[in-house]
Amino acid sequence: MTGQVTGRATVRAHPGRPSRLTRNLSAKIASIPMMLTAVVVFLGGTLWTVLYSFTSSKLLPRLKFVGLDQYERLWAAPRWLVSIENLAIYGVFSLIFSMVIGFMLAALMDQKIRFENTFRTIFLYPFALSFIVTGLVWQWLLNPEHGIQSVVRAMGWTGFDFNPLYDSSIVIYGILIAALWQGTGLVMCLMLAGLRGIDEDIWKASRVDGIPMWKTYLFVVIPMMRPVFVTTLVIIASGIVRVYDLVVAQTSGGPGIASEVPAKYVYDYMFQAQNLGQGFAASTMMLITVAIIIVPWAYLEFSGGRKRV
Amino acid sequence: MSDRGHLKKTAHLAEVPAALEAGPRGAKPRRLVSTRTIVVYGTLFVAAAYYLLPLYVMIVTSLKGMPEIRVGNIFSPPLEITFEPWVKAWSSACTGLNCDGLSRGFWNSVMITVPSTIISIAVASINGYALSNWRFKGADIFFTILIVGAFIPYQVMLYPLVIVLREIGLYGSLAGLVIVHTIFGMPILTLLFRNYFASLPEELFKAARVDGAGFWGIFLKIMVPMSLPIFVVAMILQVTGIWNDFLFGVVFTRPEYYPMTVQLNNIVNSVQGVKEYNVNMAATILTGAFPLLVYFVSGRLFVRGIAAGAVKG
Repeated sequence: MTGQVTGRATVRAHPGRPSRLTRNLSAKIASIPMMLTAVVVFLGGTLWTVLYSFTSSKLLPRLKFVGLDQYERLWAAPRWLVSIENLAIYGVFSLIFSMVIGFMLAALMDQKIRFENTFRTIFLYPFALSFIVTGLVWQWLLNPEHGIQSVVRAMGWTGFDFNPLYDSSIVIYGILIAALWQGTGLVMCLMLAGLRGIDEDIWKASRVDGIPMWKTYLFVVIPMMRPVFVTTLVIIASGIVRVYDLVVAQTSGGPGIASEVPAKYVYDYMFQAQNLGQGFAASTMMLITVAIIIVPWAYLEFSGGRKRV
Repeated sequence: MSDRGHLKKTAHLAEVPAALEAGPRGAKPRRLVSTRTIVVYGTLFVAAAYYLLPLYVMIVTSLKGMPEIRVGNIFSPPLEITFEPWVKAWSSACTGLNCDGLSRGFWNSVMITVPSTIISIAVASINGYALSNWRFKGADIFFTILIVGAFIPYQVMLYPLVIVLREIGLYGSLAGLVIVHTIFGMPILTLLFRNYFASLPEELFKAARVDGAGFWGIFLKIMVPMSLPIFVVAMILQVTGIWNDFLFGVVFTRPEYYPMTVQLNNIVNSVQGVKEYNVNMAATILTGAFPLLVYFVSGRLFVRGIAAGAVKG
């Protein structure tokens, strides 16, 4: 410990010598893993992937530039187009449903109910499970021969048709059901925290004025919770772009290519098909998608927000 | 508790002017409350049933024999309880040529999760400490890159990381995977620790400086003992997150080191042989059991952890 050179000690010991580098030396040494991660992996890795997405790399990364060829091939590939379409459907519906269901559950939980902890525990436990477990459970529940479809048919409704995992036109909704089961608990928790942050006086005031509860929620409370909604939106959205394990577990992208998603496309081309260039181009497209979501939010949050305050 | 009583009282007072306005023939508060209560609790119970249903189906399926599954429905409780599927899932279910069950995956996951959790928390807590108490020029730039990096899809950084690990000879090993978990856990954990350390009174830090304590001395003797709750939150976050990981496990390790999630997926989604749904469900429960246990034991701290860790996605 005596060997530690802190900034001020250095200055005192050698008053004449500049001490820029050795100032806070311990802190700098301790931060080396963070600097390496930030610069090499996050910054360097991202730039590397973007750079190599313009090359014709196949089995090994090679710096042979081919311009936008990989992107042209990507956007001509039926599997990529299906992936993008699935991501769009999955994204829009999971945003809407998880927000609506999450908020409604939170509003119900906020009615000063009994057993609040029990209910919260029940709504949130799927979030502790991995996507693999979630996908496999729902694969079993949606099994056409033994699952929900067969149970309803056995109850007498023989025409009942609910077989999303083997019907390529609706398979993405089967995945959506599982994703909502897993993720709405989190949204509920975030929303509940937001609702608890609303001043109790707002409720008193609206009661005095005789405003019905649903109107208070819709026109007073929800606008007040805007920051919570925005944060939740960003969290859900960045999770949506990454959806991978759930699809692998539940359908493996099938039937055919009907439930493929971009993250799976990237993995398959990078590590299975050994077509690195396609993998890099696809992952760069994922990066752009995230940027489209994040940049406006970060702009509003960190520059616009400060000005308003 | 006193807070709740206070809320009730004020809510009661708030009703008074409304009641005066409506006169004595206004709606009876009691009936109003009971209708509302029925709706609230009814909806909550239906929702709770929906959330619990998959867990219930998993458990009953894993306790049935295959003949019973083929004829019965998934919701009916087992007529004859058997633990054979559990035994088979744990010790003899097959993935490819290996038939030693999930136990191998379980121990692999333990060997991945324990060091990854410890190392990632150690690194991130030191980062957070340096960022909040020993700010040096340029530190915030690295931190900003780190936080922005948390939003970059992992797929973008996978291949460069494979190359880096291959160059240092750790690709495919457990140590390599530990490094990967440490790297990708860093943004959120560093943020967590930085914010927590910044909330501690600065006088403590200053007093320790005056008494001659250095960077490590203050960290180990003052910061760590004062921050045990946040270490527990970070631990919950990392333990469940790493245990549930699939992508890094499948990319950065060889098959003999596959974590439990990867092995589970290989067992259930293998194309060969007759599907044994009871074994599959037993295996699924076994894989989910550990994070569920952490969740039920930790309770409120888990909520705090995910609220902080939600950014991780």
